[in-house]
Amino acid sequence: MEAINAAVAVNTIKELGSMVLYIIIGIIILEILVYLVLGKIFKSKYTLPYMLMIAAIFGLTTLVIYPISYEVRLAFTNMSLRHFRSYTLSWAQGLKNFGLIFSEPVLKQIRFFPLLFRTLLWTAVNVVFHLAGGLGLAVLLNRQMRGRGFYRTLLVFPWAVPQIIAVLAWKGEFHYEYGFINVMLRNIGMQPIQWMISPFWNFAAACITNIWLGIPFMMIIILGGLQSIPLEFYDAAEIDGASRWQQFRNITLPLIRPVLTPAVVLGIIWTFNNFNVPFMINANELETTDILVTALFRSAFQYQRYGFSAAFAMVIFIVLFIIASVYIRTTHGLKGVYE
Amino acid sequence: MNMKNKNKQSNIYRFFISPSRGDSPFKRMVIHLTLIVACIIAVYPVLRIISVSLRPGDRLLSTSLAIIPKDASLYSYYRIIFEKPFLLWLWNSLAITVTTAFIGLILASTSAYAFSRWKFPGRVPGLFFLLTTQMIPAAMLVVPIYILAVKFQLINSYRGLALAYSVSSIPFSIWILKGYYDTIPRELEEAAKIDGASQMGTFFRIILPLSTPALAIVFLFNFMMAWNDWIMARIMLQRENMFTWPLGIWTLAGQFRVEWGAFTAASILVAIPVMALFLYSSKWLISGLTLGSVKG
Repeated sequence: MEAINAAVAVNTIKELGSMVLYIIIGIIILEILVYLVLGKIFKSKYTLPYMLMIAAIFGLTTLVIYPISYEVRLAFTNMSLRHFRSYTLSWAQGLKNFGLIFSEPVLKQIRFFPLLFRTLLWTAVNVVFHLAGGLGLAVLLNRQMRGRGFYRTLLVFPWAVPQIIAVLAWKGEFHYEYGFINVMLRNIGMQPIQWMISPFWNFAAACITNIWLGIPFMMIIILGGLQSIPLEFYDAAEIDGASRWQQFRNITLPLIRPVLTPAVVLGIIWTFNNFNVPFMINANELETTDILVTALFRSAFQYQRYGFSAAFAMVIFIVLFIIASVYIRTTHGLKGVYE
Repeated sequence: MNMKNKNKQSNIYRFFISPSRGDSPFKRMVIHLTLIVACIIAVYPVLRIISVSLRPGDRLLSTSLAIIPKDASLYSYYRIIFEKPFLLWLWNSLAITVTTAFIGLILASTSAYAFSRWKFPGRVPGLFFLLTTQMIPAAMLVVPIYILAVKFQLINSYRGLALAYSVSSIPFSIWILKGYYDTIPRELEEAAKIDGASQMGTFFRIILPLSTPALAIVFLFNFMMAWNDWIMARIMLQRENMFTWPLGIWTLAGQFRVEWGAFTAASILVAIPVMALFLYSSKWLISGLTLGSVKG
């Protein structure tokens, strides 16, 4: 085990420095190319905006579009650790890959549809608790009182801790013997819980961790929305004899919708795509907290079935796409884009 | 509440009466109690990390719930700093993260300007594409990137990792910056143009300085994204002395032999500056999150 030593540390800088240099040279070449082709040959009036964007376009093409299209191609191969260089590419292999997703377990035990169901359950449970917790705390905090800033700071803690640290620490706390939840349960004379062995409790453990992590974000976003509502609205409602609940339903909810809707969409996408929590909490062999994205990662990097996992990724993307388009249909959430 | 001390009790009581409208002292007390319980739930797991990191080496596993353990020692901190390549991991992370955050910021700030000020062909599909990339799960992108990195021999090099980080935060940055640029009135640029400034001149001298808050937010987002990433680093780096800190910490808390002392001490050392930065800048961060979405 070597501690920090100057040579290794300097190496990092050298490697990154030379990379930055290459990037600068590359950008200059790209700019000149665009200038010559669009500006001099086509005489386009949009030469400048394209020159502004070309570096980002090039980067996104090589590191997002190209890999994704490569992945589509990969879905039609039988690439695995054994067939890394000598893989076959054919329509039949592609059909076989897609067939395998639905006919065989995706990992060792779990099949696709239970996995999909679990992912949807995971997303629903987490987002509902995030919303309920965040809304509740935001409503409590949205008043003049002593210690408000103090509470707010403490409540944001779970969001401020780097996620990987929080998740690994929680995993430690689900230890049967030494985790604090089980210690507390024992102290009050109850049965400790088998967090890492029981499939139900393992899934619950992942949910607890993620709910703990996600509430502050919702709370802060909703608090921002609440603070923008003028107090006069409530005064007027009170004069008209509206109850607290009626005020909440008819003033608060409609007025925080503009902040709530994007936050919920982000929440759904983040939870659906959440990797760290289900992956780290997972009792690996039992596959009890695997959701679609972690199963995808494990089928590629634990079982080395690259061709299969590429096909699996396509299926996951289609599921995501369906969810997103249902959302866009119901809320017209893309109006802003075309402005 | 403590009933023995009358004076203290009345202090506590006074704490719950507050000058706002309509709430009875009882209701205030319930609200405060709920918030206190919520705060304990939010903070306790973090305190536990501190507590484990202070335990002496022979009693790392213990059923004690004390926050400051008996015979608290800094042995774990000594171990993580002098016996593990922890500082090297931090250095790697810092170098990669700062580089990529700057590259991402530069590419995004110019592109966002194009999206904000010109109606060029391909603008709407472009924005739509940027939005779609936000949906792609990292696990999906990681599979082809790994195989391509193996083919181009970029495994165990920082280049591949740094390139991937710089690009992956660009779409989000463009959205936020475009939203911000849209709020800057065009008259400013037109006035500058009348005074003889070029289009790029106005961008550098007027738009960029006016957007400093948004640029800071985007830089911070890019930084946090790369700083906390585990999955991309996991597939790109395989040598232990090349690790970034999330990978390093993960090996400490790994699946086979958990080194609780080292893990918790390392976590505290990483988390304190990050949390300080986060709590300090949380107001801007949040305004930044809503900036892009609440219609620019």
